[in-house]
Amino acid sequence: MAQDQNRIWVVWLSLLLALFLTIVPIPSVIEIYRPQWLALFLIYWTIALPERINVGHGFIFGLLLDVLTGTTMGENALSLSLITFIAYQAHPRLRVFPYIQQAFSVLALLLIQKLISFVVLGMTLGMTPESSYWTAPLIGVLLWPSIFYFLRKTRRRMRVH
Amino acid sequence: MALIASLVLMVMDFRFHQLQYLRDSLTVVLHPLYLIADFPKTASHWLSDTTSTREQLQDSNASLKEENLRLLARLQKFESLQAENIRLRNLLDSTLKIDDRFLIAEITSVDLDPYRHQVLINKGSASGVFVGQAVLDADAVLGQVIQVTPLSSTVLLISDATHSVPVEIVRTGERSIAIGTGKIGTLDLPHLPSQTDIEVGDTLVTSGLGGKFPAGYPVASISSINRDTNSGFAQISATPTAYLERSRQVLLVWRNDQNSVNQ
Repeated sequence: MAQDQNRIWVVWLSLLLALFLTIVPIPSVIEIYRPQWLALFLIYWTIALPERINVGHGFIFGLLLDVLTGTTMGENALSLSLITFIAYQAHPRLRVFPYIQQAFSVLALLLIQKLISFVVLGMTLGMTPESSYWTAPLIGVLLWPSIFYFLRKTRRRMRVH
Repeated sequence: MALIASLVLMVMDFRFHQLQYLRDSLTVVLHPLYLIADFPKTASHWLSDTTSTREQLQDSNASLKEENLRLLARLQKFESLQAENIRLRNLLDSTLKIDDRFLIAEITSVDLDPYRHQVLINKGSASGVFVGQAVLDADAVLGQVIQVTPLSSTVLLISDATHSVPVEIVRTGERSIAIGTGKIGTLDLPHLPSQTDIEVGDTLVTSGLGGKFPAGYPVASISSINRDTNSGFAQISATPTAYLERSRQVLLVWRNDQNSVNQ
């Protein structure tokens, strides 16, 4: 059991990877389509290990994301706490959903993050982003199967319970 | 619980700016991530430096020498003008300190939030950088430092929607404020009346009012004027002179009267 507990670092490492993917430089033309890596990774871990990974992780890593990307402190902490909370509440259903239904749920969760950032942008900068702002969740959903597969493989190989 | 905490955080950060300490310390913790993200660029620079041939180096050396000579020649003229300027100002009994000090920093290639115009540079409080310091590129004003950690600092660009810079129209000496719009490549000048003497192409320089930016550095040039408004104010936009998106090296400025730690 003690050994199992230590395996939680695998989760943290993968979340750090997600943070890294968020700031790694890509051409500025496609920057706006960058998938919400941290949200996707957190959704997976909440569904896979709901007793270990939930709102607390969403809050802490959301805060780190805020610091890292220079957004208003608490903006992503709020949305990721909310996302992990909903994913936690719904995890028994999300686990057994067929693929399409699961993808739609993930899309809804990703849209929550975008919606909160949208409101914060409007309130702090008085700015309305263009419509391509909303395409990132779609790209995130397209990536969801591969992220799911990759993280499940990692989880099984590393025996994270 | 977490939801309330994050809401409180947001209000505290935006309304009262009380979280600087927390943000600074977390940035220090996350510094390795920035380094890793910047690594490919640094590595490729290093690789092209070490693998460049003798001929390439000689070529670039020759062209740099030539450019240096040209710049030195221009500097001679500038120095005599500066001496004359100081003499004239002494006659007028006004004090203007020219001679600002500079430190070159490099913009790290990490992507921050695309809607906030911020960049990360590789010099921090260990080099004497301070919050509010003006940042230039080779051509013009780029922005100001908003956050400092020992090894890096964050620069807010003049095009950010929360940034404004006090400016002066070179041709007429009229003062105004250039406000960022959130779009790279556009600043607004909302406070000038319709009948102002201003033309497309006029150059704006920092006026030095407000105390943050040293006076006399180019900021932008006027790109469009619309005098037909009902408010009595003209709608004026300007294009920043600095290459906000393409700059790689930037200059940090110390005004002569600001004391600082080291060069």
